Amino acid sequence: MYSEAFKESLKAVEAAREANIAYEPARMTAKEKEDLLAAYHPDYKQDEFSILQIGPNKGEKVPKELAEMLQAHSRIAAGDVDLTTPDYDVDVLIIGGGGAGTSAAIEAHEAGANVMIVTKLRMGDANTMMAEGGIQAADKPNDSPAIHYLDAFGGGHFAAKPELLAKLVGDAPEAILWLNELGVEFDKAPDGTMITTHGGGTSRKRMHAAKDYSGAEIMRTLRDEVLNRGINVVDFTSAVELILDDKGNAAGAVLMNMETGDLLVAKAKTVIIATGGAGRMHYQGFPTSNHYGATADGLVLGYRAGAKLLYADTLQYHPTGAAYPEQIFGALVTEKVRSLGAKLVNRDGKVFMHPLETRDVSAASIIRECSDRGEGVDTGSGFGVWLDTPMIEKIGGEGTIEKRIPAMMRMFGKYGIDIRKEPILVYPTLHYQNGGLDIDVDGQTTNVKNLYVAGEAVGGIHGRNRLMGNSLLDIIVFGRNAGQHAAAKAKETEVGALTLAHIAAFDAEREAAGIETDAVSPKLLPDYRYNEAEQSKK
Amino acid sequence: MENMVNIFLFGKKYTVPENLTIMRAMEYAGYQLVRGCGCRNGFCGACATIYRIKGDRELKVCLACQTKVENDMYVATLPFFPLVKQVYDMESIKPTEAVMMQLYPEIYACIGCNACTKSCTQGLNVMQYIAYAQRGEFEKCAEESFDCVMCGVCSSRCPAGISHPQVAMLARRLNGKYLAPECGHLKDRVQEIKDGTFNELLENLMQKPVAEMKELYNNREIEK
Ligand SMILES: Cc1cc2nc3c(=O)[nH]c(=O)nc-3n(C[C@H](O)[C@H](O)[C@H](O)COP(=O)(O)OP(=O)(O)OC[C@H]3O[C@@H](n4cnc5c(N)ncnc54)[C@H](O)[C@@H]3O)c2cc1C
Ligand code: SF4
Ligand code: SF4
Ligand code: FES
Repeated sequence: MYSEAFKESLKAVEAAREANIAYEPARMTAKEKEDLLAAYHPDYKQDEFSILQIGPNKGEKVPKELAEMLQAHSRIAAGDVDLTTPDYDVDVLIIGGGGAGTSAAIEAHEAGANVMIVTKLRMGDANTMMAEGGIQAADKPNDSPAIHYLDAFGGGHFAAKPELLAKLVGDAPEAILWLNELGVEFDKAPDGTMITTHGGGTSRKRMHAAKDYSGAEIMRTLRDEVLNRGINVVDFTSAVELILDDKGNAAGAVLMNMETGDLLVAKAKTVIIATGGAGRMHYQGFPTSNHYGATADGLVLGYRAGAKLLYADTLQYHPTGAAYPEQIFGALVTEKVRSLGAKLVNRDGKVFMHPLETRDVSAASIIRECSDRGEGVDTGSGFGVWLDTPMIEKIGGEGTIEKRIPAMMRMFGKYGIDIRKEPILVYPTLHYQNGGLDIDVDGQTTNVKNLYVAGEAVGGIHGRNRLMGNSLLDIIVFGRNAGQHAAAKAKETEVGALTLAHIAAFDAEREAAGIETDAVSPKLLPDYRYNEAEQSKK
Repeated sequence: MENMVNIFLFGKKYTVPENLTIMRAMEYAGYQLVRGCGCRNGFCGACATIYRIKGDRELKVCLACQTKVENDMYVATLPFFPLVKQVYDMESIKPTEAVMMQLYPEIYACIGCNACTKSCTQGLNVMQYIAYAQRGEFEKCAEESFDCVMCGVCSSRCPAGISHPQVAMLARRLNGKYLAPECGHLKDRVQEIKDGTFNELLENLMQKPVAEMKELYNNREIEK
């Protein structure tokens, strides 16, 4: 139910619907895309970035809010814990109970390692749970890992690390099979053929889905499997500092009980960081689609211990965050809505772009429509453009929305908007951390031994932008990979004496650089109390 | 100024803007949430909540991140509910009626009161999916329960002590692994990859200079 204020624009959208369905907008040329990004994409706003003055990536730029956390004080001092009497002593310590962490845990357990997962909230309270659209894999006869590679490499602006990307696409079909054999229910035709669609930037229909609960279906299955295996899961507990040994290798973490504040020491032969993304950092004041605990903790933990970041200056703003109603401001409207045929339409009912450009291009295009072009719809708390969902029913037949994107229908239905009959309003939302810790093909960081990283905390698999469906894929492929390698490495590892000396070393660096800050990191959770400015971001 | 409403968090009164969800209203009131807040968007089931509007006989349940506050709303969160989760080995169990009998025998004690369905935060027909599970109709149980966020609200209302979301989880895994049709092209592709069919193609691409990759990318054929 839209109020009067929207009526006129809604009429224009309805009137143009038939014609807009038939209309096939041209895709932008490479040059058009470049210019558009430079002018409108948030990653190009120089004054929103700071240059790091200390640490392994000194001299490089990252978002201001991230720079503050990377250069901040530790939450603890070395003397706060006794490293000689660890509370936990395991082979593989996994930090983060999302899709990457649980995949890693299952594989490390399978390899015979003593595994432990520590996670900030509950296992599965994670970005993985929220993924709606799907997961890519080149498993159809008209497709191949090579075509998948080209799509992802181009979509990521030719910046992916080739050996990581090749692993991603090459292991993709096997990852789907693994999930299927764990009991994940993929959308299939009666003969078993996977029902696949396009995503932004794909040249073949290779998006596999489980309705629009793809991530939830994967996450709950992985969680169930972790529980079936009896893997130790310590929830409501965060890693706040890595522990190294006297050889400089990762050897555990200091943990903090989120409810009591108690500190605990976990000693491990190998450590896997699987802490996910950073949406709750609200870079540049954007709302976010991410879960409550997405605060870039893994990047901070790794950085302070000496691990290098790659592409930490690139974020993904999902083009279609909900712009209205306010209760769901920033929540994700899955790309599948566009895959199924809905087009982006401006205030005057005009289709202003091809609906399946890559995400960065789409986001920049919507920002342009709502700013310089003045073609956005005023939502009362900002601007947005229409995503004409009723087109889906016209193209795919009545019932398509309920069958293929029930979560979307429910999300808007709660606020009286029937997306089968009425279009919805969207605006870009902070969605995905493209950059992260730099790893080799075994999942180990390039400069701290026995420290592995998997999932959204990794940088370099996708380059400077990521295609829809390649992240769920990467958490499975590289989560499993990290679990296997970390377990194997644990077998041959003798942990030396534990130390937190890197905290003081980092403090000294900060002081020498003349940085004055009271900030402590990792951030752990955003604070939405009282603060009016934060309230508006939900 | 926004319109304000009075709500009662665990019995204590707060005045909050009427357009907030219960979750945001709690934060507005000054709570720093740790429990009862996960995805903030209706997917994780962390924020199960019970409420009653003053003077109303009916006790309501909802997800706090998905529900707007109302005036005179008495709110208690239910961030944890002790569900029973049985463990099993997916490789050795079989999708037969006996499995449920073995792992979750309490489902056969359902008295058909329908309290679970009435309380489901996702509007699912919970009693029906339990009935399917009883009969070993796992495919139907999986379909009917698919949107379950495992919030546990239904279980909190069940006189028979059934852990509905765990029963459904088992049914979905059985369906996904054993009952849904096998995918031929997936198995074929995995085999082709094992055989090294694409190695050369991929290695070739990995070595190409960026200019050439750009050329290939910008001129690639896109499936309609
Ligand atoms: C709304 C939404 C929709 C999406 N849709 C898609 C899609 O359709 N297709 C696709 O491919 N990708 C999609 N993505 C992206 C994808 O879901 C994520 O990138 C991916 O699931 C991340 O997995 P992860 O395991 O790395 O991180 P997460 O799943 O976020 O897990 C990280 C876990 O670590 C915990 N943690 C964080 N810090 C600490 C700490 N200090 N100590 C202990 N634990 C910690 C977190 O609480 C969390 O549980 C979507 C993302 C979102 C938010
Ligand atoms: S079936 Fe039960 S656990 Fe699942 S969503 Fe409904 S109330 Fe929650
Ligand atoms: S609440 Fe329990 S007893 Fe009542 S119908 Fe549901 S499953 Fe059966
Ligand atoms: S916080 Fe995840 S469902 Fe409400």
